[in-house]
Amino acid sequence: MPWDRNQMAARAAEELEDGMYVNLGIGIPTLVANYTGDKDITLQSENGMLGMGAFPFEGEEDADVINAGKQTITELDRTSYFDSATSFGMIRGGKIACAILGAMEVAENGDLANWMIPGKLVKGMGGAMDLVAGVKRVVVVMDHQNKKGESKLLKACTLPLTGAGVVDRVITNLGVFDVVDGGLKIIECADGVTEQELRAATEATIIN
Amino acid sequence: MKKVYSSAREALDGLLFDDMLIAAGGFGLCGIPELLLAAIRDAGTKGLTFASNNAGVDDFGIGILLQTKQVRKMMSSYVGENAEFMRQYLEGELEVEFNPQGTLAERMRAGGAGIPGFYTKTGVGTQIAEGKDHKDFDGETYIMERGIVADLAIVKAWKADDTGNLIFRKTARNFNVPAAMCGKVCVAEVEEIVPRGSLDPDHIHLPGVYVHRIVQGTHEKRIEQRTTRKKESA
Repeated sequence: MPWDRNQMAARAAEELEDGMYVNLGIGIPTLVANYTGDKDITLQSENGMLGMGAFPFEGEEDADVINAGKQTITELDRTSYFDSATSFGMIRGGKIACAILGAMEVAENGDLANWMIPGKLVKGMGGAMDLVAGVKRVVVVMDHQNKKGESKLLKACTLPLTGAGVVDRVITNLGVFDVVDGGLKIIECADGVTEQELRAATEATIIN
Repeated sequence: MKKVYSSAREALDGLLFDDMLIAAGGFGLCGIPELLLAAIRDAGTKGLTFASNNAGVDDFGIGILLQTKQVRKMMSSYVGENAEFMRQYLEGELEVEFNPQGTLAERMRAGGAGIPGFYTKTGVGTQIAEGKDHKDFDGETYIMERGIVADLAIVKAWKADDTGNLIFRKTARNFNVPAAMCGKVCVAEVEEIVPRGSLDPDHIHLPGVYVHRIVQGTHEKRIEQRTTRKKESA
């Protein structure tokens, strides 16, 4: 059985270490916050907050406390607020240890595409280009294949890039890969997925 | 010098002209200068270029100026939530220059800090880097981005004193600080103007040197994505 969304998020949470400042993207990456256990993790929201709390209780929403997905959230006892230039200063400056984000395509050289599809509506890259260029470690969490059943781990991205050579690790529903010299290295297979199945589902060069 | 004005309309008097560049604070609908945007709509100024992270929604924020076709160009990082925006963009009526969010913030900050250009690794190897100056520092490649100096900055703060010292509230600070910095003139709308001396000087987020006019008003502060959890599941 491939991993489901929550299992992928739980696996991604294993990437986080005690004391880390971390930025989580929208979608499955958001679920990672549910699996950090006892680790002391501080979540950054790039609109200007460190120490992001849970959603508010009904009736306690504050229009001035939102995350980067424009959702109402809450603050914690450790929370700090700052402006957007300061926020991206800490991202670009490598102060954020890890970003976990989704992707449309990842190439074997670490190229990442997740912001536009030519011919389709372009909404913008938001902070994704800054994050992948700036944070110390980029972990991608995504389905292994697209809706047509084609590998999203490619020899080369076909879509416009969000960042070139920026991805360190990819966690899919089928397994875990590192981007290394020459291609991708299988780190782990999802429960019940064989290495042969993993290789067969992957277009990118696998070096081990 | 008097900085306090009695309405958004008066606070913008003499500052608006067609084809101008306006830097606006806010992220999504959080911390946007909603009263000043409404006053710009009422003034009818045309051909506007906005440096603003987002473009509002159809009936709130910059969206109200799209409905009246007062905007020629947006410099933004994300514009997804606005149907009229998308219509004008796809019809070619509206020009959009996508900027990575951190690059947009830094372009504003730099413009306000007297820095005409800077190098960043954000966007290297992507469409954003095309046509831009590339330079290697310590073995890594960077691209040059330009500082933005706007004809006018419009921002929203929580509290001001009458000298223009500003305090923002929580994540509503966002782009308001860099936007204010990059304006040749900056107008701030606030929830409350307090007497000078009542704000702790150590707690000022933006010194009054950046703020030329202030207006107090009542804000709708609309929520874009209301997300909650149930008490019993806590």
